Amino acid sequence: MIGNRKEEKIISVLLVDDEKGYINVLANRLSKRSINATKAYSGGEAIQILRKNDFDVVVLDLKMEDMDGVEVLKIMKKMAPEVPVIFLTGHGSQEAAREGISFGAFDYLTKPCELSELIEKIKEAYQCQLEESKGSHIE
Amino acid sequence: MEQSLTDRKAFYQILTRKIMVLILVVSFSPMILTTGILVYRFNLTYTEKIQAHISELVQKHTQNIDTFLSEKLGNIRYLARQFDSKQQSPKIFLQKNLGLLKKEYGDVFTDLGLVNGNGIQFAYEGPFKFENADYSDAEWFIKASDKPFYISDVFAGLRGHPHFIIAVKITSNGSDYILRSTINFGAFNSLVENIHIGKTGIAFLINSKGKLQTQTNVGLKQSIIASMMDSDCYKNNETIFAKKQDALGNKYLCVTSRLKNIDWLMVFRQDLNDAFRDLWKTQLLALAIFIFGCIAILSVAFTLPRNIVKLISSADKKSEVMNKQVVESGKLATIGELAAGIAHEINNPVAIMVEEAGWIEDLFEEEDLTGSENFDEFKRALSQINTQGKRCKEITHKLLSFARKTDSTVNDVQINDAVKEIVSLTAQMARYNNVIIETNLNEGIPYIRIAPSELQQVILNLINNAIDAMEKSGGTIKIETKISQIEKNHLVISMEDNGPGIPKNNLDRIFDPFFTTKAVGKGTGLGLSICYGIIQKMGGKIDVHSQIGSGTKFRIWIPFQEEIIEVTDNDSESEIQGEKT
Repeated sequence: MIGNRKEEKIISVLLVDDEKGYINVLANRLSKRSINATKAYSGGEAIQILRKNDFDVVVLDLKMEDMDGVEVLKIMKKMAPEVPVIFLTGHGSQEAAREGISFGAFDYLTKPCELSELIEKIKEAYQCQLEESKGSHIE
Repeated sequence: MEQSLTDRKAFYQILTRKIMVLILVVSFSPMILTTGILVYRFNLTYTEKIQAHISELVQKHTQNIDTFLSEKLGNIRYLARQFDSKQQSPKIFLQKNLGLLKKEYGDVFTDLGLVNGNGIQFAYEGPFKFENADYSDAEWFIKASDKPFYISDVFAGLRGHPHFIIAVKITSNGSDYILRSTINFGAFNSLVENIHIGKTGIAFLINSKGKLQTQTNVGLKQSIIASMMDSDCYKNNETIFAKKQDALGNKYLCVTSRLKNIDWLMVFRQDLNDAFRDLWKTQLLALAIFIFGCIAILSVAFTLPRNIVKLISSADKKSEVMNKQVVESGKLATIGELAAGIAHEINNPVAIMVEEAGWIEDLFEEEDLTGSENFDEFKRALSQINTQGKRCKEITHKLLSFARKTDSTVNDVQINDAVKEIVSLTAQMARYNNVIIETNLNEGIPYIRIAPSELQQVILNLINNAIDAMEKSGGTIKIETKISQIEKNHLVISMEDNGPGIPKNNLDRIFDPFFTTKAVGKGTGLGLSICYGIIQKMGGKIDVHSQIGSGTKFRIWIPFQEEIIEVTDNDSESEIQGEKT
C-alpha cells in the first residue's frame, strides 16, 4: 500500500541533453506518465537549474557540446549528492558510461531506448534514493 | 607492384653477385698467395736439401775411393822402395810382401809382379801363372813406363775378367823395373756399389773415355753413359749437379765428381721421379688440399650469398607484411572511430524519431480516432517506425562494438561471443551473396587471453574470403568452436565452406604474403598472411584443407591456460551446489 502511494507521487526529473528535439518529446511523454520533467539543453544550464530546484532524478546525456556528461555529473554530485543520475547516451561507448557509474551515476541506458525502460529506471533510481535517505534518517 | 617486384629481384641478384665476388676475392687471394709461396719455398728448400744430400754422398764416396787408391798406391810405392835386386831374390821379395799385404788388407791385392824394361814379367807371385808374361804391348805398361807410378783403367787383360793395375817404376842398379799389383776388383767395386738411394739411384765410375770402371746391377748402355758426360765433368774438380734427359725422354739427376788420383769420374744417376718422389707427393697433397679449398670456397661462394639474400628477402617481406599489418590495423582503427562517430550521430536522430512516433501514439490515446478508417494504418506505421528504430539501434550497436575492439589490447575473451559478433556483422553481406552462415558453438569453451579485435580480424577475413569464393553460386559457411581433442589445452575454430575449393598448387602458397588469386586491385594478398601472423603471435596455428568442387576448411588452434578451465569448472560446480541448497 505504501509503495502504491509512493508511486502515485509525481517524480520530478531533470532531463539534460543538447538534442532539443529529443528531450522536448521525451518531456512530453514523461509528463503524460506522471513524471514531471524539466529540460536543460546544456550541461551549464542543468547545473544552474539544479542550483535553484530540487529533483528526484537526473537523466543526463553523456556527450554534449559545452560539457562532458561525466564532468556535469561530478559537479552535480558535489551540489546534490543524494540525487541519482541516469546516463542516457547515444554514443556506444559503454566504457564512458561505466566510468560515469564509477563516479556515482545510478545506471546508464543507450539511445534509442524504450520509454518504459527509461521510466522503469527512473522509478528504480527514485526508490533507491528514497530508501537511502530513509536509512540515513534512521541513523 | 609488378615493377617493384622485378626491381627487387634485380636488387637481390646484384646483392647475391656482390657477396659472391667478395667471398671469392677475399678467400681466393690469400689462399693462392699462401699456397703459392709455401709450395715455392718448400720446393726450393727440398731441392736444395736433396742436392746437398746427394752431393755430399757422392763427394764422400769419391773421397773414399781416392783414399783407397792413394793407400794402395802408397803400399806399392813403399814396396818398390824396399826392393833391392842385389840383396834378395825378386820372387822371395814378392812372396813375402804379398803375404804381408794379404795379412794386412785381406783380398785387396790379388798378385804382385816385377816387369823389366822390355815388358817381361820376370817375377810373379799370385794365383795365376803369369811368370814371363809379356806386357810390352799392354797399354798400362806403355803408360807406366813414362811415369813414376800409374793406375790403370779397368780391363779384362790376360785373365779375362775385369781388374786394374797399380804400377810403380823402380830404378835399381841402373835398370828400370815396374812393380805391379792387381787390385781385387770385387773389393774395389763394393766401394761404389754401396751407394744406393731410392729405387733408381746408382753410382759408378767411368774413365776419361767414358768407359765403365765398375759393375752395376742395372745394365747401362755405353751410349747412355756417353750421353751423360760432357767435357765440363772432367775439367772441373768439384761435384757437378745437373738435371738431364736421356734419349727415351726420361729425366734424371746426374751428379759427377772427379777423382784426384786417377782420371776417373764418380757418376751418380737417379731418375728425377725417384729423387723428388717425396717432394712430388707433398706437391700432390698440396694440390689436393688447394683443389679441396677451391671447391669449398666455390660451394660457399655460390650457396652462402643465396642463403643470405634469401634471409634478407624473407626479412624484407616480413617487415613489409608487418608494415602492411600496421597500416591495415590502423585502417581498421580509423574505420572503428568513424563508425563510433557515425553511430552517435545516427542514434540521436533515430531516438528522436522513435520518441516522436511514441508521442503520436500517446496523442492517439487522447484523440478518439477509433472510427477513422486509417486508424489501423496509423498504428501499423507507428509500430513500423518503432521496429525500424530498434533495428537501426542494433546496427549501430554492432558497429560500435566492432569499433571498440579495433585495438590490440589483450583481454579475456569468450571465443563464441567473438564469433557471434562477427557473424552478425557479416550477416548482411552473406545474405546479399546468397550465403548462409551456420554456427555450431559448443558451450564450456574457456576464456582465452588474446586481443579480441585480432581474432575477429582473422574470422572476418576467413568469412570474407569464403563469401568472395562463393560469390557466383552462393553456399553455406559452417563455423564450429570446440575444445581440441588432438592438441592438449587448445580450442579449435573451424570454418568450412562448400565453395569451389582451392587448387593444390595454390594451397601451399595461400599464407604467403602478396599471394592472391583475386583480380588486380581486389585483393592485396595479405589477408591470410596477416591471419597467419596473428595466430602465430597467439601461439596457435592455422591449417587448411581443400578439395576442388567440394569446398575449403580452415582450422585455427589457439592455446588456453588450464587454470581458467578449472576456475570455470569450480564456478559451475558452486552454482549447482547453490541451486541444490
